[in-house]
Amino acid sequence: MIKIVKRDQPSRAIFFLTPILAIFLTLVAGGLIFYILGFKPFEALKFFFIVPIADKYGFSELLLKATPLCLIAIGLSFCFKSNNWNIGAEGQLTFGAIVSGGVALLFYEQEGFYILPIVILAGAIGGMLYASIPAILKTYFNTNEILVSLMLVYVSKLILDYLVVGPWSNPEGFNFPETRQFSDSARLPLLFEGLRIHAGIFLALASVVISWFVFYKTYLGFQMKVSGFSLKTAKYAGYKGKKMIILVFLISGACAGLAGVGEITGPIGQLHREVSPDYGFTAIIVAFLGRLHPVGIIFASLVVAITYLGAETAQIFMQIPKYTGQVFQGMILFFLLASDYLLFFKFKFIGSKK
Amino acid sequence: MIIDINFIGLIIASIMASAVPLILASCGELITERSGVLNLGVEGMMIIGAISGFALMTVTGSLIIAVFGAMLAGVLISTIFAFLTQTLITNHVATGLALTIFGIGISAMIGKNFVGIPGKEFPVLFESLKDTIPLLGPILFGHSIVFYFAFALPFITSYFLKKTKIGLIVRAVGDSPESASNQGINVRLVRYACILYGGSMSGLAGAYLSMIYTPQWIENMTGGRGWIALALVVFSTWNPIKILIGAMIFGGLTIIQFHMQAIGVRIPVQFLTALPYIVTIVVLVVISRDSRKIRLSTPSSLGKSFHKDN
Repeated sequence: MIKIVKRDQPSRAIFFLTPILAIFLTLVAGGLIFYILGFKPFEALKFFFIVPIADKYGFSELLLKATPLCLIAIGLSFCFKSNNWNIGAEGQLTFGAIVSGGVALLFYEQEGFYILPIVILAGAIGGMLYASIPAILKTYFNTNEILVSLMLVYVSKLILDYLVVGPWSNPEGFNFPETRQFSDSARLPLLFEGLRIHAGIFLALASVVISWFVFYKTYLGFQMKVSGFSLKTAKYAGYKGKKMIILVFLISGACAGLAGVGEITGPIGQLHREVSPDYGFTAIIVAFLGRLHPVGIIFASLVVAITYLGAETAQIFMQIPKYTGQVFQGMILFFLLASDYLLFFKFKFIGSKK
Repeated sequence: MIIDINFIGLIIASIMASAVPLILASCGELITERSGVLNLGVEGMMIIGAISGFALMTVTGSLIIAVFGAMLAGVLISTIFAFLTQTLITNHVATGLALTIFGIGISAMIGKNFVGIPGKEFPVLFESLKDTIPLLGPILFGHSIVFYFAFALPFITSYFLKKTKIGLIVRAVGDSPESASNQGINVRLVRYACILYGGSMSGLAGAYLSMIYTPQWIENMTGGRGWIALALVVFSTWNPIKILIGAMIFGGLTIIQFHMQAIGVRIPVQFLTALPYIVTIVVLVVISRDSRKIRLSTPSSLGKSFHKDN
């Protein structure tokens, strides 16, 4: 007989092992779905997870997709650690892209080393401004940040749509919904000839280092941790809750805004309707899969980035619908949450020994 | 300019029609939340209902199978949520988000083969009475059965919560699971039931969209209505009758936006489309400012896991 027993203390080893279990279970369930859809499961999984990253170009694409995911997830981990449910990173990314894109357009056909830093800064500020809305409404008007941050995603995409169709559209662009190409000085430099991976990856890596330092070496990190465990304790300890809430939202918005800058000044080079294939939502999964730990998030962003590439490859080679990527992302989170059960409970086998 | 009085009736009827999916999903979610469970997966369950209803209608040709099939699909997908949050005690917010991402993905995957297929005509009731009464005729008559059900649902829900024993149990579980459990109520069972019921209503809301409101399958066709439904529950301060008012306001915004475009108001279309989302935020701010009122009306255990140690 098997009995379920509560653990005295959550297991730390299992805390970092369950993400791997979750990925494994996702692969099994994914194979099953492919089988039901009438594809050969192993072949489909191969096209989904191995073929896309088998060469140099594929690996560069993997890093290209993992960069925004990592950056946003790092920002979100500040919010999630302290019990703030910012789920509107997609909107903060979009608004960051709008502000930095606007600045980049101001420097149209100009050259200068100072342009790129200004554009990057503008993106971070844009993201922060947009994240400050749910933060201020939460702290001063008691408004649910989940719903506000989410509604703002729709609004940001409509603002972007308005701008690229209307006032910012390329005057020589035959009415295509896109702006002019940014000047070279407003573009992030490419790292290798012929590959799309760009200097934005250093922004992501910097965010990893900084967040690790803040989480584990500063008083703010400690406050966040306490507030995450228990808001009552945080209040009792006299932490200035409101300030912290606004701060974590600003950090998270800045990261999402930077991810937006990375996209438009990296691979895209202009503003158009689709600056992000839902990186802001997918990064939520990355943050959880990485256990809100900076190093964990690096690995998680690489794993989840594969689902983007795999979906494209599987569509081209096997006509598997590209939304399978999203299905995989949802499943990873389901299995991860489910396997958390093992953190708090263990199975005890009774009966074999008496 | 003479405005035909029946034209006003038609506009009101169209506002009501666009309120239907919001009412259905909100009333379902309200029951779920009253039992103490916050299910953020409404958007995902709704879109699953939309594709299931449309696919079943196309494949089987039966509207009845399609409508009930969509509700069943909502129940099935919400079972995942129920199992995770109630049996495996996972975080409600994260699980609900996963449900939405998963639902949107699955629906697009299934829906790939149904893009561009025309829908079927859904039968309407009392069509012949439409012209008998000016103004009220188009408002009251000539709608689908789902439409009438949606407008009865807030009253049924209110009666259920206030006057029936099961309704009382649901409220007790949401307000104090510990005491309910001590009274011998199976908290987990009640919450399971409420989650599945919420799923069925979201499924029905989705089916209304793809089978009656815009009878075709379009990817992502719920377009945030699931999230607006969640906001409506807060707006209503967990009172089903107020959901009716809220849903009419949002339905009105959607319809007015169409008419403003039609008569050529010189506001960019994107701003009009953004209006419902912006108004949702403004309304949430106004409602939530009174933190005491919110605290009194929110089910006390909302979003908190309950685990009974054996």
